[in-house]
Amino acid sequence: MNRNVERIRNGIVTENPTFVQILGMCPTLAVTTSAVNGLGMGLSTTVILIMSNLMISALRNVIPNRVRIPAYIVIVAAFVTIIDFLLQAFLPDLSESLGGYIKLIVVNCIILGRAESYASKNPVVPSVFDGVGMGLGFTVGLTAIGLVRELLGAGAVFGFAIPGYQPVGIFVLSPGAFLVLAFLIAFLNYRKQKKKQKAELSDTVCRTEDCRHCGNTSCGGRFFDFDGETDVVGRVGQKPAAPETDRVQKPEQPAEPKTDQVQTVEEQQEQEGQKDE
Amino acid sequence: MTELKKISSSPHVRHEDSTTGIMLDVIIALLPAAIMGIYNFGISAFILILVCIASCVASEWAFQYFMKRRVTISDCSAIVTGLLLALNLPASLPWWMAVLGSVFAIVLVKQLFGGIGQNFMNPALAARCFLLLSFAKPMTTFVYDAVTTATPLAVLKAGGQVDVLRMFMGSTAGTIGETSAAALLIGGAYLLFRRVIDIRIPAAYIGTFTICIAIYAMASGRGLDIAFITAHLCGGGLMLGAIFMATDYVTSPITAKGRLIYGVLLGLLTFILRSPWNPATAAEGVSYSILCGNLLVPVIERFTAPKAFGKGAEKHE
Repeated sequence: MNRNVERIRNGIVTENPTFVQILGMCPTLAVTTSAVNGLGMGLSTTVILIMSNLMISALRNVIPNRVRIPAYIVIVAAFVTIIDFLLQAFLPDLSESLGGYIKLIVVNCIILGRAESYASKNPVVPSVFDGVGMGLGFTVGLTAIGLVRELLGAGAVFGFAIPGYQPVGIFVLSPGAFLVLAFLIAFLNYRKQKKKQKAELSDTVCRTEDCRHCGNTSCGGRFFDFDGETDVVGRVGQKPAAPETDRVQKPEQPAEPKTDQVQTVEEQQEQEGQKDE
Repeated sequence: MTELKKISSSPHVRHEDSTTGIMLDVIIALLPAAIMGIYNFGISAFILILVCIASCVASEWAFQYFMKRRVTISDCSAIVTGLLLALNLPASLPWWMAVLGSVFAIVLVKQLFGGIGQNFMNPALAARCFLLLSFAKPMTTFVYDAVTTATPLAVLKAGGQVDVLRMFMGSTAGTIGETSAAALLIGGAYLLFRRVIDIRIPAAYIGTFTICIAIYAMASGRGLDIAFITAHLCGGGLMLGAIFMATDYVTSPITAKGRLIYGVLLGLLTFILRSPWNPATAAEGVSYSILCGNLLVPVIERFTAPKAFGKGAEKHE
């Protein structure tokens, strides 16, 4: 994949600052009371991030290593001031509702983080695309949180009220910000896990230990089934091979009397848990 | 010696108490308050109690069923949560808000943190605060005898007079379960008699609060006004909180010293949150002080954990 496209994808999906890196939580929790606020904050940060990445990347060989953080902050602060004045002049409503958080972009950890970890080590063009990706990722995150909070807490979508809906006020207050953020992250992690499971287990071979450790969901749990506590039953018709001893390395436990030849599922899990420790 | 001794691993000391038994005791202890609430506020209170209990049990079952966990509704803890939540709501609350609160209590506060025994704050109180923050108006509109009235504490704060005897018996405006101090005390006595709760937390809580409010009464020029102090003790859910909420096993300290500290802390917090000197703040503060106390329980327990024999004794010269 093209390096620049990869940077943008990395910022929005793989290393999304809000949902994956959990960076920049102060504006994320504070200004996302509505989708418009989230969008405005995200886009302002994006512009500043692109400009600061560009500048820092261009000056990366000039800035002495020992004073790099103050130098970054001066650069970021210059762009923040410009954006702040522009918002005050052309979008006074948004500027008012975002309040001091625009000025606080100076110490936004996403911007300093990208400067430190990417822009100061890479050429200008990928740095700019890195800024675009990260900024858009942040924007997507803030807008999504703002959308949900506005929908639940104020009964509106981008300012358009939904008739007949009784708003649940807690969602526009700060506890609601934590709740919505947590649920969105949980949902995304759940989806990511599912995807990973599917991608990893494209092979059709069943692992013989048991279905819970296999994760090969393509069989739908039909091939192997632990019936009761002793035996492995294949419902498709084939009798599966007995559990191979070299796959499950059973630690020797003389204290535990073995009641049966084939171990129960619980025992196996217990032993595997011990093995992991 | 023909008798075979049974050898087993710890724990060796067993007790026949079970979660179900304790929860049933709590339900029995809450019945007087619930009956007084239904007597005071009529059929709507009864319906609200039923809705809360049913939705708590249903959401517990649904969450555990769909998350493929062991379904634990038979331990009755969801019934207690539902009943406590209902007793903390005004009878005029729309039923769907009560359902929302029940789902919040069970799913978000209890099950997402691991189910019974794992929740870090009292589910019923957390749900009450959730509803209070979400629907401030219906949660603070109290109807008594078909007339919307301020709660006794709000009247007191505004400088009015209240009838202490009516507050004690429960014929005042308020949430379903908080009004009748007498019914709550009967329930508390039953729990103490059955040794379900420990006297330390309610005693320290109510004691500290009484001392604070007495000092305030004297400092504010009322003198040792017994009526004023009793009104503060009977009102605002203090009895309900001290007896039933603060003593919740999961969210209160287990050490004896810790329980005293916890009770004192709750008394101070309630006094500060009620702040009778400041007419601008809310008159009630029991829910928030118990929730704050819940959050401090791990810290209290860390500092009051008993030391093992031989470790960390005081040094003698």
